[in-house]
Amino acid sequence: MTRCAALPVSAGAVTVKTVAPHAEAATLAAVGLTKAYGPVTVLFDVSLDICKGEVHAIIGENGAGKSTLMKLLSGYVQPTAGHLVMAEERIEFNNSTAAEAAGVVLVHQEILLAPDLTVAENLFLGRELPRGLMVDDRAMNQRAAEVLASIGALCTPRDWVGDLPLAQRQLVQIGRALLEPRSVVIFDEPTAVLANDEVTALLDVVRGLRAQGVAVLYISHRLDEVEALADRITVLRDGRKIGTWPAAELSQRQMAELMVGRELDVLYPPKRTPPTAEPLLVIEQLVVDHGGVEASLVVRPGEVLGIGGMVGSGRTELFEGLMGLRPAEVSRIELAGRPLSQRRLRQRSVKEWQAQGLVYLTEDRKGKGLLLDEMLAPNLTLQALKQVHPGLVLDNRRELAEVQQAVEEYDIRVGSVHLSAGQLSGGNQQKLLLAKVMMADPSIVIIDEPTRGIDIGNKSQIYHFIDQLVRLGKGCIVISSELPELVGIADRVLVMRGGRIVTELTGDAITEQNIVYAATSGEAYGAAS
Amino acid sequence: MTSATTDMSITKPQRRIRWASMGPFIALAVVILVGTLLNSNFATGTNIANVVTRSAFIAIIAVGATFVISSRCLDLSVGSMMAFVTGIMILTMNYLQPSLGPNAIFVGALMGLLVGAACGLLNGLIVTVGRIEPFIVTLGTMGIFRALITWMSDGGSIPMDRALREAYRPVYFGDVLGIPIPVAITLLVALVGAFVLYRTKYGRHCMAVGSNADVARFSGISVTRVRTLAFVIQGLCVGIAAICYIPRLGAATPTTGQLWELQVITAVVIGGTLLRGGRARIWGTIAGALILEVIANLMVLSNMVSEYLVAAVQGVIIILAMLAHRLIK
Repeated sequence: MTRCAALPVSAGAVTVKTVAPHAEAATLAAVGLTKAYGPVTVLFDVSLDICKGEVHAIIGENGAGKSTLMKLLSGYVQPTAGHLVMAEERIEFNNSTAAEAAGVVLVHQEILLAPDLTVAENLFLGRELPRGLMVDDRAMNQRAAEVLASIGALCTPRDWVGDLPLAQRQLVQIGRALLEPRSVVIFDEPTAVLANDEVTALLDVVRGLRAQGVAVLYISHRLDEVEALADRITVLRDGRKIGTWPAAELSQRQMAELMVGRELDVLYPPKRTPPTAEPLLVIEQLVVDHGGVEASLVVRPGEVLGIGGMVGSGRTELFEGLMGLRPAEVSRIELAGRPLSQRRLRQRSVKEWQAQGLVYLTEDRKGKGLLLDEMLAPNLTLQALKQVHPGLVLDNRRELAEVQQAVEEYDIRVGSVHLSAGQLSGGNQQKLLLAKVMMADPSIVIIDEPTRGIDIGNKSQIYHFIDQLVRLGKGCIVISSELPELVGIADRVLVMRGGRIVTELTGDAITEQNIVYAATSGEAYGAAS
Repeated sequence: MTSATTDMSITKPQRRIRWASMGPFIALAVVILVGTLLNSNFATGTNIANVVTRSAFIAIIAVGATFVISSRCLDLSVGSMMAFVTGIMILTMNYLQPSLGPNAIFVGALMGLLVGAACGLLNGLIVTVGRIEPFIVTLGTMGIFRALITWMSDGGSIPMDRALREAYRPVYFGDVLGIPIPVAITLLVALVGAFVLYRTKYGRHCMAVGSNADVARFSGISVTRVRTLAFVIQGLCVGIAAICYIPRLGAATPTTGQLWELQVITAVVIGGTLLRGGRARIWGTIAGALILEVIANLMVLSNMVSEYLVAAVQGVIIILAMLAHRLIK
């Protein structure tokens, strides 16, 4: 019989004592799960259990086997060896429907909703309540309202999903999973796309489930969330289980070290002395989306300028407007002390900016950054085809050499350069994207969400890369929803709220509290008192 | 950032045979083999030359369509455009014949290329600048071109001046070094098409736009320009096909090029180009055009299936090809 317990394991720098086993049986347990795709084994002999009324967190770097494990637990894929146990009986899920029938549901990371249907229609999609030959809209709306209320969603059953902000869609997705009573709910990085206050709300939803006696499996990259939420933590590395610990006994640093299997180098590079040189870039009165977003800013050489604020505060829009990727007007731009001509101001485009030495790295690396079906080479050189191929004919040999160089310089870990970009892990994709925009040899780099959804080892590499960049006298703008990241890397932070810059923070004033306060209240911290 | 990377194999690109991309050529071989077994008249030199020559029009237009489709657009108007361009060319040549004599053919050919390119530009600009689905735009222009040729010919036909026939005849019926001229032109068009698509920056941009237009836009590529140019290339190919086509029948009629869009798109799709864009196979397209013509030829030669059902068979083939794409994935 499987008992819910944390095993005594010592690994790396951490040694943990045994804790007393729970008295009751596991709601769902995995016994020796192994999964191989052809000759490649991605999960080796993993056993774990999830108990009623607990949040069991799974952490690990990208590629550690987290996704595979949760797909096995929720019936999306079947194990090569090992089995599942539910209510002390061996059980098999042939598909996700079978798992759901048994009360096990997976809340996907990607939002899988039909934007042209209402919230209620989405919640009941594929399982509409019938009334004779018709669907019973009234009953569905009523039930939907109850579910939405229970998870604290602000939207109503009749809202169009396409009109909802991301956070509300996420809640609708969770609502869909919880429409029927569940005994096990598995969350796959539910907060990856959420801003901080939305994360807090979501964590409350998870706590609510726990209070109702649901067994929750929670997969996340955000160690602070795991620390705040989890009762037990299981660490995976390279497809193997490293161990399970009571959450109270692990610090975030210990978690990170268990994940990477070595003592972490310093995550953030040491702080630089704040630059005072003349600005590299001056933007005055940039008005985007017909006034929805408006800002002026300055970037100095050798400086990392952080842009904070909630998702939806206009950060991405501001810079997409600057790049000419969405409607925007600007009254004045100075580059390295020289004002741009009126014609240049009007004809802003990615190509034009690149010629001026400014590049923008999108937050949406899969949708707007990389051609997922193409191999590394076309992706890498797409933005700089003219430089790589000065002649009429594409120079394949030179392109391959560029790929080789980028792979080494940016430490993109690939088995073969003939893989498609979509086959790379998130961290490697991000590094490829970085290499791609750097092909243009820019003097100012704007990076939107530099480390979203990537593991801690790759994060650290990207931070150090940004540091190297500005130490060469280049300017860097980092837009980020991750507060520790802004605090760790920025020399100066502008906080946006409602499409406007509300605060500038420098030096010791760059703290998570100050950023959150400005982003939510629109005032500098302490100004209200 | 330096670190030991895992088993990097940055050696030569593997020269492994990719069976999936060989598909259209294998299919072509199978169709030819079946034809040879079924009918003794099939594998004769004259018949083969005839089939290959007849496939030239579809093949040439389909090279253009490969560009359009690889940039994730579609052009349904090619058949009607073909008829319209043919009509304009014949009218031009007939008008100039008294003053220029046989040289009117050159001006007419130039006119064909210009009008083809202009029609393509029109399609392209409405799609890109007007931001309308290419399917709808070219459905509209398909009707417009077809109506124009019907109107120009007054429902009958526009015959070419008899004085030009003899001089123009070799363009379809003649040969260079034993290769029929339309076949030589097809080869040339395919070579240039393959070069542009695989070996130039424009070709790479085409792929990027078809694969993911947002990525292209964020990489500083003008999606509007790439797609408009693809339609212009399509129009030029229609013009070239029209130049080869006129001497064959010597007239343009309201039924010229009817349902060619079906054959062209079928040729492209069975050639392995993805309808959702991002992957183009010029030589596969050529093989696709040949497969269609061989099958039509077999239907005419053998009396098993009525030749009136050729379009039906082609319709079945495009659906089967799409199913095959799905199954291979």
